[in-house]
Amino acid sequence: MQKLLTVALATILTALTSAAQALPDIKSWHTSRGAKVLFVAAPELPMVDVRLVFDAGSSRDGKQPGVAKLTSALLDQGAGGLSADEIARGLEQRGAELGGGSMRDMAWVSLRSLVDPGLLEPSLELFGKVLAKPDFPAEDFARQQKQMLIGLQYEKQKPAAIAKKNFYRKLYGEHPYASHPAGTEDSVKALDVVDLQAFYKHYYVARNATVVIVGSLDESQARKIAARLADSLPEGSKPPPLPPVTEPVKGSEVLIEHPSSQSHVLMGQPGLRRKDPDYFPLYVGNHILGGSGLVSRISEEIREKRGLAYSAYSYFIPMKKKGPYQLGFQTRNDQREEALQVLRDTLSGFIASGPTGKELAAAKSNIVSGFPLRVASNSKISEYLAVIGFYDLPLNYLNTFTAHVEAVTVEQILDAWKRRIHPEKMVTVIVGGRPEAARPSQ
Amino acid sequence: MRGLLALVLGLGISLAQAAPAVHEYMLDNGLKLIVKEDHRAPVMVSQVWYKVGSSYEHDGITGVSHVLEHMMFKGTKAHPAGEFSRIISENGGRENAFTSQDYTAYFQTMEKSRLKTSFELEADRMRNLTLPEEEFLKEVRVVMEERRMRTEDNPQSLTWEQFNATAYVSSPYRIPVIGWMDDLESMQIDDLRDWYRQWYAPNNATVVVAGDVNPDAVLELARRYFGPLKPSDIKPVKPRREIEQLGIKRLQVKAPAELPYLMMGYKAPVVLTADKSMEWEPYALEVLAGVLDGGSGARLASELVRGKSIAASASASYDAHDRLQSLFLLSGTPSRGHSARELETALREQLQKLKEEPVGKQELDRVKAQIRAQKVYEQDSIFYQAMQIGILETVGLGWREAGHYHRQIQAVTPEQVMAVAKKYLIDDHLTVAELVPQPIDPDHPPRRGGSGHVR
Repeated sequence: MQKLLTVALATILTALTSAAQALPDIKSWHTSRGAKVLFVAAPELPMVDVRLVFDAGSSRDGKQPGVAKLTSALLDQGAGGLSADEIARGLEQRGAELGGGSMRDMAWVSLRSLVDPGLLEPSLELFGKVLAKPDFPAEDFARQQKQMLIGLQYEKQKPAAIAKKNFYRKLYGEHPYASHPAGTEDSVKALDVVDLQAFYKHYYVARNATVVIVGSLDESQARKIAARLADSLPEGSKPPPLPPVTEPVKGSEVLIEHPSSQSHVLMGQPGLRRKDPDYFPLYVGNHILGGSGLVSRISEEIREKRGLAYSAYSYFIPMKKKGPYQLGFQTRNDQREEALQVLRDTLSGFIASGPTGKELAAAKSNIVSGFPLRVASNSKISEYLAVIGFYDLPLNYLNTFTAHVEAVTVEQILDAWKRRIHPEKMVTVIVGGRPEAARPSQ
Repeated sequence: MRGLLALVLGLGISLAQAAPAVHEYMLDNGLKLIVKEDHRAPVMVSQVWYKVGSSYEHDGITGVSHVLEHMMFKGTKAHPAGEFSRIISENGGRENAFTSQDYTAYFQTMEKSRLKTSFELEADRMRNLTLPEEEFLKEVRVVMEERRMRTEDNPQSLTWEQFNATAYVSSPYRIPVIGWMDDLESMQIDDLRDWYRQWYAPNNATVVVAGDVNPDAVLELARRYFGPLKPSDIKPVKPRREIEQLGIKRLQVKAPAELPYLMMGYKAPVVLTADKSMEWEPYALEVLAGVLDGGSGARLASELVRGKSIAASASASYDAHDRLQSLFLLSGTPSRGHSARELETALREQLQKLKEEPVGKQELDRVKAQIRAQKVYEQDSIFYQAMQIGILETVGLGWREAGHYHRQIQAVTPEQVMAVAKKYLIDDHLTVAELVPQPIDPDHPPRRGGSGHVR
């Protein structure tokens, strides 16, 4: 025990020094039309990652669930008079990769390219068209709409997807986070090209954009690229803040029958905002409870000790407003009550007594020593920059992260968990078969 | 940086020289060590690769390589069950393992100064696993849950598993990596003990380290920790070549599902099995796969998903680096209003076109440009760099094949693409599987034959 702690402490000190060396030097500015830019020079590889992030995820769907996602899917299906084929081939001809997508909070478009001007220049040209001049051709719209409907149908054969969709719905009720990013069959069928154009005009604007650039460029090159991309968008304005999340007042349990051999179980409550004052005690506490893979308490109890599931976990998904705190596992139908009881006992035990000092030291050691891994590649740095920029986190977020983790005490964890985590008010969603032993609800 | 840029611009051939140096060593006990330096961040990945996987297994013990992989975390005398993961975790490491047809590999990604810890633990469990029965009895249940999650309850995976078991007759590639449920249910701790003794030895392992490390220092650590381990007498596996397929095979998989799904597979050679005078063939097949499915501008996306809108999704894949003769695969989901049969016809038309008309220069250039750029992008991940070395070494190709691969790809001609299409993508060597969706009705789960594990 004594030895373990000493080792952990030494570990933390070494890691801090090396983490400091490893941290990317973030430069930030605003373009003339008000887009926020974050740039990190990464001269080692002759490549660049550019990503534009917009507050244009499904939380902005309003009465048209699916519109954000379909808009994002249409961007590269015809732009600036070029067809989807011409855009795709134009980029692939230069070895460039186009990406994009949409979740609840954010929508993004990304480009990975070699930095050789002969390749980067035409790739940026095409990328700029996708971003600023999408044509939303009617035929491509109709096809993508069908694809979304097939996607919705596909989800119906996957118990994990059914569980997730219903979990958000139960958890968020009337809040925009409740709605499924892919919409519903009815809402997707009701969409029209005009809806997408309107959504695009409203949200894909400079003041609502964060531009992330990581790659083998100097700052003046990055400034030119950022300006070229972001300033081709109208200035626009940021959308109003989302309403706060109201917590469910009492617990509930839903059973959705599905002919699967396993039951997928999700339990949870609205959890954490990105800028939450309790962020670190909740994050570090959960690392011990269910967030650190096979060594966490939940995995230990459900998988290691009892062999009940392949994966058993808990995690916070921090978002603009309170994202979910989610605990879950999947197990053979006739074992789910047993596993659920173990999960509940493990959670309430943690809230009642918190972590041991030894557990806390081990968790800090893991997070702090593992910190360099979080920023070890251009892709990972890009993702962090997107989060920092989109959620308005301070530019020194990465530099202070480990110090915040180190400062967390057992008492702070106990206090935060008692105030914030309420097992009796949690939503439980079960998707699975009907074993003799299982009751339909509690 | 300028120099590098010029090389990228130039020929693909120069790229191999621009890539960071690889250092290769062999310890006296037969353990191979490969180090690739990459000093971009103060981290490293350490991977141990064993030449064993499901294609080394036989009926009755299928899945044993994968179950043993799980048991590798269940303790040695020096480090009892659970301690391995705890120590790695406290060192800030990410660890895991994976089993495939041709290999089983273990890895830790850690801050660069932690290599000693990784080596110490890996060397210990290479020869000193205790394999306690009570831990096995719990863990094999975990694996059954894993199988239920990944395969039993996933209609596309079920289709893939049955497709694979039908396509191959005598080749061990017919065995699912996770094993048949029946074999898992009757597996015993002695099966694992035998398997461990047989395959886990320094002379059946390759250790790959990539990242911010000094090769000499890595070698010294490897000598200290892996050096004292005794080698085993490793008997090479029998060839178990696939018998020649003499006609098309078709199967249907009926499972509760919403959407149909189609899989087609043609027997095709890989680098290791190709005729030496036809060394270019596997590379031409790689390019062919790229013409069909190398991004959104490739033929399947452009002509079947967009164009005719017959497919909701369609893909082609082929891996020249398998250990045994393999399959050129096509798969897809028909779009609404179209059947799996129509999708099959459309895919066959695509193949027919490849047999009749040479691929255009621009199209070929696009595939090559993508593969060239990929070589630069790959270097962003030290994990991937190490993984590539590990796979090539473990299947018996050697890490230098990566450079060879890129040169060979750049040399592929339109005529060669046409030639391999004509020679290998033929009906007599084809297996077609179709997922036939059954209603998702919890009251009437369809009967699943065979293993009686659905309780």
